[in-house]
Amino acid sequence: MAEQTTTLQIRTPEGIRFSLLLAGPTSRLLALLVDFACISVASTTISTVLRLFTLISQDIFMALTILSGFVISIGYGIGCEWYWQGQTVGKRLLHLRVMDEQGLKLQFSQVVIRNLLRIVDSLPALYLVGGIASLISRKCQRLGDLAAGTIVIRTPKVQLPDLEQLGTEKFNSLAAYPQLVARLRQKVSREEGAIALRALIRREELDPTARLELFRELAVMFRSQVAFPAEAVDGVSDERYVRNVVELLFEQRGR
Amino acid sequence: MIIDLERFTATEKPFWDELERLLKRVEDDPACRLGVEGAARFHYLYQRASAGLARLDGLAAPLEFRRYLESLVARAYGEIHSARDNAHRLVPRTWLLETFPQTFRRYIRQFQLAVLITIVGAVFGAAVLMVAPEEKGMLLPFDHLHGSPTERVAKEEQEAGKRLAGHKATFSSSLMTHNTQVSIACMATGMTWGVGTIILLFYNGVILGAVVLDYLAAGQGVFLAGWLLPHGVIEIPAILIAGQAGLVLATTLIGKGSGLTLVARMRLVWADLTTLIGGVALMLVWAGIVEAFFSQYHEPVLPYSVKIAFGVVELCLLVLFLGRSGRGGKVAKRG
Repeated sequence: MAEQTTTLQIRTPEGIRFSLLLAGPTSRLLALLVDFACISVASTTISTVLRLFTLISQDIFMALTILSGFVISIGYGIGCEWYWQGQTVGKRLLHLRVMDEQGLKLQFSQVVIRNLLRIVDSLPALYLVGGIASLISRKCQRLGDLAAGTIVIRTPKVQLPDLEQLGTEKFNSLAAYPQLVARLRQKVSREEGAIALRALIRREELDPTARLELFRELAVMFRSQVAFPAEAVDGVSDERYVRNVVELLFEQRGR
Repeated sequence: MIIDLERFTATEKPFWDELERLLKRVEDDPACRLGVEGAARFHYLYQRASAGLARLDGLAAPLEFRRYLESLVARAYGEIHSARDNAHRLVPRTWLLETFPQTFRRYIRQFQLAVLITIVGAVFGAAVLMVAPEEKGMLLPFDHLHGSPTERVAKEEQEAGKRLAGHKATFSSSLMTHNTQVSIACMATGMTWGVGTIILLFYNGVILGAVVLDYLAAGQGVFLAGWLLPHGVIEIPAILIAGQAGLVLATTLIGKGSGLTLVARMRLVWADLTTLIGGVALMLVWAGIVEAFFSQYHEPVLPYSVKIAFGVVELCLLVLFLGRSGRGGKVAKRG
């Protein structure tokens, strides 16, 4: 069994690396259920409209109902994924997208192949083959994905963090001690700095008690690494202290 | 190296916003053309965002920051480095008269193998029926084939095609959808290293062989030819072409001696598989119409000679089409 990964690393010809978040079987199953519901609704609606043909011939109505049901069941995935570039209604709702496994856009033939091969993935029942394949394949691919060279990724809405939360325009009492600042930069690891920065950026998302506790712990950690003189830290809250440290850590030298 | 995140963001954000607007434009409208200047600007913005991402590499920038830039770069990368085929610009006439027959001929060995498997199945089916005629019910899955061929012929000739009166369109559409599903399954099961495709082709052969022997042994060869040929000369090759597609998929999956990765091998056959299965679907639409509206009429309504001649003409045209059409034309691009 190949070791499964949750992200797919792509390296561009320019030498830049970026990662795509792979969708797991659960979210894909939920999207599939939504799509089944859509196919069912579309088939029922069209069948209801086609009922008008019974005025002409019951035979034509039946024939058109069979054909439209077939075309919708086969064409829904192909049409949606081609038109919406890798998304169906279910995938849009669950923020998923089908992509070429090299990070490129989908070709029409890829969309056709991955959708036609559903017939194998759905064997013997309830998408068992496809489910097992996506559980054991490294990139969480069902057989249709393997044949078409596609992956399903998560596309959560990503927004640029609000850096105004840092509040770096205020006076920084620690900046008056350059030697201690230099030592602070030496002692604090990148990971610790990143955690503190994240805490500041996401402060509004934390409830007040958790926020106080988090900044207290961070302040204790930074204070234990470098001790600034009392006059620099007296009356400075834990959160303000962390802000000052983060500002010094992430400030460009020689600014 | 520590960068000033605020200053970095303040400088770069207008460019990222511009890139995001451009991306939304091209994503919302796949037919959108940016023009030379627009494309150059798009490329510049992509490179700038990539450079920004590279600056964050290995730095302690927050994860959200990195995710945001990665998402921008990934979307732009997909747009810039992909040459998306334009299915909406497909020319049906060129596809039908050139691409499809050319693709069929390119994989003629897989087609020959599909024919061979079906023939083996047919011989097996005929042999089983000859040795154990009581197993007819098990061999043939259709109720109307279980009885005596002579009785069926007499009944059908007496009904004069009225059996399906008022249901022909329904029957035709059922045939089209059922046969198309079987063909898709025949192609798709190529993913089982061809085992599924071989089983389906063999089983089709078994049914065909048993039916043919059953009717010939009962002296109903003319009825059989008149009944089967009009639709069968299109329907049976269609299933064989679906089998050909399945075998193409299987040989690509196995990839013996190619030296290419699975994805690279698959890339070479995606378009061909789509073309083959598209051609199969068209053939089955025609076969479904013929079977419902023509094949079900027998003598005295329609002389068997006419039906047989119709089938033979169809077969000749099909052989000419698959063997000759598109020769000398532009060879369809592979993959």
